[in-house]
Amino acid sequence: MSSNRTLYDKIWDAHTVGGADGTDSLLYIDRHLLHEVTSPQAFEGLRLAGRVPWRLGSNIATPDHNVPTVGRRRGLEGIQDPISRLQVVTLDDNCRDLGIEQFDINDIRQGIVHVVGPEQGLTLPGMTIVCGDSHTSTHGAFGALAQGIGTSEVEHVLATQCLVQSKSKNMRIRLDGVLASGVYAKDLILSIIRKTGTAGGTGCTIEFCGSAIEALSMEARMTVCNMAIEAGARAGLIAVDETTLQFVRNRPYSPKGALWSLAEANWRELVSDENAFFDIDMTIDAARLEPQVSWGTSPELVLGVSEKIPAPHSFESSDKQELATHSLAYMGLEAGDAITDVALDRIFIGSCTNARIEDIRIAAEVIRGHRVASRIKQALVVPGSGLVKKQAEEEGLHKIFKAAGFEWRDPGCSMCLAMNDDRLEPGERCASTSNRNFEGRQGYLGRTHLMSPAMSAASAIRGKITDPRDYL
Amino acid sequence: MKAFEKFTGLIAPMDRANVDTDQIIPKQFLKSIKRTGFGDNLFDAWRYLDEGLMNKSPNERRINHDFVLNQSQYQGASILLARTNFGCGSSREHAVWALQEYGFTCVIAPAFADIFYNNCFKNGLLPIALKENIVSSLFEEIAASADSYCLEVDLQEQRVTKPDGTALTFEIAPERKASLLSGLDEIGKTLLRQADIKAFEEQHTKAQPWLFTDHS
Ligand code: SF4
Repeated sequence: MSSNRTLYDKIWDAHTVGGADGTDSLLYIDRHLLHEVTSPQAFEGLRLAGRVPWRLGSNIATPDHNVPTVGRRRGLEGIQDPISRLQVVTLDDNCRDLGIEQFDINDIRQGIVHVVGPEQGLTLPGMTIVCGDSHTSTHGAFGALAQGIGTSEVEHVLATQCLVQSKSKNMRIRLDGVLASGVYAKDLILSIIRKTGTAGGTGCTIEFCGSAIEALSMEARMTVCNMAIEAGARAGLIAVDETTLQFVRNRPYSPKGALWSLAEANWRELVSDENAFFDIDMTIDAARLEPQVSWGTSPELVLGVSEKIPAPHSFESSDKQELATHSLAYMGLEAGDAITDVALDRIFIGSCTNARIEDIRIAAEVIRGHRVASRIKQALVVPGSGLVKKQAEEEGLHKIFKAAGFEWRDPGCSMCLAMNDDRLEPGERCASTSNRNFEGRQGYLGRTHLMSPAMSAASAIRGKITDPRDYL
Repeated sequence: MKAFEKFTGLIAPMDRANVDTDQIIPKQFLKSIKRTGFGDNLFDAWRYLDEGLMNKSPNERRINHDFVLNQSQYQGASILLARTNFGCGSSREHAVWALQEYGFTCVIAPAFADIFYNNCFKNGLLPIALKENIVSSLFEEIAASADSYCLEVDLQEQRVTKPDGTALTFEIAPERKASLLSGLDEIGKTLLRQADIKAFEEQHTKAQPWLFTDHS
């Protein structure tokens, strides 16, 4: 093998099934994560064709999108909407029938699939990982090739352990410099998407590197890779280093003893070679960033917190001008206004982008000793998993939130996409730590501003979009 | 999957860029455990003036008559024309199912988001990428044309023919083209390579044994 391969090249090479005749490759899949929304039709297809899972042990399931974030003691009975309940029950049935391991609604390990995988050590460096969910890119933080797939592909992976795929291009985004206080991984990735646009990474696997990335914790790296898809890339990657190994060690499903030593030696190789070729290269000075927030209905419409809402004519292409015009109208905003003057109705701290323990700690630190502004109708903290929730409670963080007027909920996707009961009413505006601000994403005619947990917490205090540095 | 055949169809122009899958089929309709039943809710938030809920019949809804697909001249359209980065966002394959059930066989745009593009081929929907300026001129020609504007789509020849007889060619990966034309079950095709997969697995187990200490 040549010694000028990217990290992506290396994982790709280690997983392509030989003996191919045509041009399309078969990529072997090590880990398959399942949830209730994109799997039922795949299981049905499998059954109709009389097929069985190729390698049972590679699959792991948990319900997350539809589960309620209150009244969980009642288990399945607690799901009010019968259609949602049927979807969760269908996952239970499919897993039981086929023998697929599941962290079900009553299991403390249940949570958002992208929080659960890493937490359990089911996500390991060098793996190929897929899930019927575009934010599977999250797991790339471990130096794993992790990609979202459609339902037909879920069925394909169940049946064959492989994905038919052609190789993507290599893109590298280098972030150097020390982040200023109040600036976090979420600000990094929002500023990247502002620069690349939502299609800038289409057809690419993005490797994030540089001193600003190296300094990040695993939680923060996951936040960055989570939103690689919002830059158009199916997968994001970060090289393996001590931080990665430290996180993975001693997780319930990570290798132990002699296997660990073997794995560790292999994982240390999971970096791009010095002379590796990247089709696209981009550099961002991370030291100069201020906290970022989205203002429009596309994750590329992002501002620094000190900036003013832009006028459509300030954009170059007619496509972007049109997008900006639509956004201003949908979001009910005026060009030229300071983003910090925008008043809010709800606060959502959660989602696979920002619902890990570190996110909750940061938000708690900001909110400690303050109260949620009276104009805020609802402020939610939704931990990413049952274990994150437990950990936060052991640290007493729930008390800080509750004292401030936040609701402390049970784990799930919740208001990130509002498939359960947590949602915005028409016209309401939300400070959200999630990853998508598309029209109606958080509820019919709802308005979303994406930001870090620190900014969400600060914004809760003032009732409008607020620079978190005012409270640090 | 049905084999893809040459056809002539009416084109509907949707002049928007970055159409995301949340718009193509909003999340409340993803609760279904079936593969069908999404056509009435394609572009739900744009097509209707009231909020769409599962099991709400289209007859009870308030129609947005300004929306392109509700205009009389585009009824029966089987080709959708849109601006760049079509299908971005969520991986939901329901977006493809909804487009097909509504009656679309083909989507034309300057560029598509990866996962959506991929999902199209699993279901027999043909995404055609044409250059930005060509797409722009199509929008103009449709707006200027008095009659209904139809295109002939010929996948075999990788060609789209306009009403005036001008042909536009498009690129498509050979294996993707072949799978649409044959309509073959992709899983069945992959399983023909069972021996390769088993051989790979054996070697992979030796190289990375920690991946195979299965929990079940
Ligand atoms: S938290 Fe949001 S983005 Fe993440 S998996 Fe759930 S719905 Fe998708």
